[in-house]
Amino acid sequence: MPEHDMKDVRDIVINYHDGTSRKATVLDREVPYPEGKLIVSRTDTQGIITHANQAFVEMSGYTEEELIGTNHYILRHPDMPAVAFAGLWETIEAGNKWHGYVKNLRKDGAYYWVKATVIPNIRNGVVVGYTSVRRKPSRSKISESEALYKTLR
Amino acid sequence: MTLNLTVSPDFAPDHISGWFIFNTWLQRQLGTGVHLELYDCFDAQRQDIKSGKFDLVYANPFDASMLVRELGFKALVRPISKPDETIIATHKDSPLQCVEDLKPGAQLVATDDPDVNRIGMIMLEPADLDQTNTETTTVDSYVIVAKNVLNKNAEVGFFLKDAYDELSDLIKSQMKILVSSEISVVHHTLLLCPKLQKYAPKIQQRLVKMADDEKGRSVLESMNLLGWEVMTEEESEFMIDLIDTLLDE
Repeated sequence: MPEHDMKDVRDIVINYHDGTSRKATVLDREVPYPEGKLIVSRTDTQGIITHANQAFVEMSGYTEEELIGTNHYILRHPDMPAVAFAGLWETIEAGNKWHGYVKNLRKDGAYYWVKATVIPNIRNGVVVGYTSVRRKPSRSKISESEALYKTLR
Repeated sequence: MTLNLTVSPDFAPDHISGWFIFNTWLQRQLGTGVHLELYDCFDAQRQDIKSGKFDLVYANPFDASMLVRELGFKALVRPISKPDETIIATHKDSPLQCVEDLKPGAQLVATDDPDVNRIGMIMLEPADLDQTNTETTTVDSYVIVAKNVLNKNAEVGFFLKDAYDELSDLIKSQMKILVSSEISVVHHTLLLCPKLQKYAPKIQQRLVKMADDEKGRSVLESMNLLGWEVMTEEESEFMIDLIDTLLDE
């Protein structure tokens, strides 16, 4: 790890809504969103990742094998308020599209911001999973979201 | 029986004759009449598709979404290694170095190609730009988009990457690319209407084997395609779900 990152390192325990938790290292280092790319993933109805595109693999820092079969919450950054994800699930479980700005945690502890859209995959009238597509957000939207999320944590 | 075929109007004019050659090839393969009708306008074509005029449609990804979800068409095949990507380019002497250098009031030039325009607007979002704070001039072709950029009538132009790549070297040498999409999974699709689904396996089989013989390859070449590959129903639904995430309303 580069020396300049050392002072910004936090070792924390992240607790998830399903009662599980994991230890994670969090760095105050942003990785820029790749130009022109979309990060695409699909999950089953429980949030378990079933598909990850190359941009997702590269930005998350995990291998495709590590991502497939893992709950999507592995990307959650501790700076994100739980209420944001509660709103996401409430929206998509009702069959609607959700948009939001999300700070994601990489495997190496750094982070990246995205504008995320999640939609239910409806086949023959039944929700069989969800597709999440992330794109590059503007700096002004990131600043607004950071300010908002601080008030919600 | 005559199959009525139409093609999304976003291919380069050089390949018009290629689609007519394809029409003849398809007639021979299927042993039935195929009537090809081309459009130079997306809206007029969409209206005729919605009125049930066509049985077989080579659709851009956004129209494919409408054809499957609203009209019950099914995707048969997609072109091999030909994802639809979008380029935003400016004049080579422009002070713009990246999309974020554009300001509200930015002047854009584009065709009426729905997928290129949607992806183009998505790539402007990092600059806090959208349809409410930009001015778009809509023109008939990508060559005219390029002319508007070169004449500085617009700050940036939206291009289908394939169309940009086919511009002359002279034109390209006077432009610079600000951003090029790398989405990979959004592409054109050949779709068949619901009432003729019994012909789907035969059409699919002939198209997939098209690149296997010299005659078929030469037809493909005239359309600037490498070949066709089967598109399953789930692959088609996946692409449509993805496109749905790109529509903000």
